Amino acid sequence: MPSYKPLIFGALLLSMSASYPMAASCMSAPDSITLNANGKLFQPFEFNHAKHIQTIRECSDCHHHTTGTMVLDPECVKCHANSSPTAVVSCKGCHTNTPFSPEALAEKRAEKQRFHLDKMGLKGAMHQSCIGCHTKQGAGPTGCQDCHPRSKAGDAFYNSDKVAVKSHKKGH
Amino acid sequence: MKRRNFLKACIIGGATISLGKTNKGWAAGSFEGYPEAMGVLVDTTRCIGCRSCEAACNKEQKLPEPETSFQDRSVFEEERRPDSKAYTVVNEYEKKQPGGPVYRKIQCNHCNEPACLTSCFVNAYTKTKEGAVIYNSKVCVGCRNCMIACPFNVPGYSYESVLNPIVKKCILCYDTRLKIGKPPACVDICPQEALTFGHRADLIKLAHERIRLSPDRYYDHVYGEKELGGTSWLYLSRTSFDKIGFDTTLGNEPIISNVKEFLGMVPMVLSIWPALFSGIHLLSKGKHDDHGEHTESKQEDH
Repeated sequence: MPSYKPLIFGALLLSMSASYPMAASCMSAPDSITLNANGKLFQPFEFNHAKHIQTIRECSDCHHHTTGTMVLDPECVKCHANSSPTAVVSCKGCHTNTPFSPEALAEKRAEKQRFHLDKMGLKGAMHQSCIGCHTKQGAGPTGCQDCHPRSKAGDAFYNSDKVAVKSHKKGH
Repeated sequence: MKRRNFLKACIIGGATISLGKTNKGWAAGSFEGYPEAMGVLVDTTRCIGCRSCEAACNKEQKLPEPETSFQDRSVFEEERRPDSKAYTVVNEYEKKQPGGPVYRKIQCNHCNEPACLTSCFVNAYTKTKEGAVIYNSKVCVGCRNCMIACPFNVPGYSYESVLNPIVKKCILCYDTRLKIGKPPACVDICPQEALTFGHRADLIKLAHERIRLSPDRYYDHVYGEKELGGTSWLYLSRTSFDKIGFDTTLGNEPIISNVKEFLGMVPMVLSIWPALFSGIHLLSKGKHDDHGEHTESKQEDH
């Protein structure tokens, strides 16, 4: 019965995706997460999740209303005062990779009632969250290559071989 | 009799043209861009001055290599403007202010009613339904009227190309991306999502919503919503816009409004003046006609 194969496979996938977030509750948060896994201009890198948990101690600082202490922001409280922790807490669970694709734009147009029409894409959300907090706290990397070293393709893209005398001095 | 008919036709023709001109003239003022036009909202409060948009534009539009790499921050020491080798540049402002520095990306703003298009007498410019102002180098004669007309000083001219000098500016990646629904290369690369791509009408709502939700973060104005009849590129800022290099004296009237009265006169002048002056000429010639007949008869006598 070859026609049933995709169905069974799909069902398996569904059950996996349903059971995985249950296991990944606050208790079993990953210690390390590979970010920028499909990066072309910048290399993938390990994000030290455990260290951030130790330093920040508040999951909702990054995870909004999905896990940790519930939100206190007066604007968010309007809807999320009593919302319970969600099954999906990872960034990419809500923030899409393709925020400006024709499909994403059409979806936004169709759902005029939705409040979160201005939801960031994955890349924007992560950079703003990381750099924003690091700048505010005066701790943690803020430069591009401090987190993810450039790949060879990235070097060519930014014409990094064209070094000005001034910037060379500044860099050292 | 012939003269009378001629003058009558002139008056009727002139009246028709002036009526037609009026309707056309008013229509230009109420035009608010194409309903499906796309745009980009630049949130200058998010920009970190990484210059990735400049690099992406350089590669997407196959522009010449830059003088220094795109990670070189010494370029911020002076205020730059787009040219034929860089369709977009990022400048740094408010360097020593407590909230600063502030970075602002400049490129063609893709006006709803582009002055470059109005000024071009060979129709090299087109405003597409997607909102992009594109340029056809094949018909361009290199007069550079568009460079003078542009209120934002955007179009650049490739002076170094002697044989085929062409005007160069941002085309919103029309050929390679916008046409197929993809965002421009600069938007795609922006790590901070300082650039938001979408339908222009939606972006205006979104911009005002950002101001409403964070009144401390934003100056209460969306630059490009109404300036010069509106532009496809819209800007949000923390400070008043004149502090970060924007011209805030441009007003909301599109450039074409300043010249449409004059432009409307052109067909009238072209059609009425020849007729009018021919008429006057004929009238004055009429007085001479008697003399003419006289001389003619005299000539016959000889």
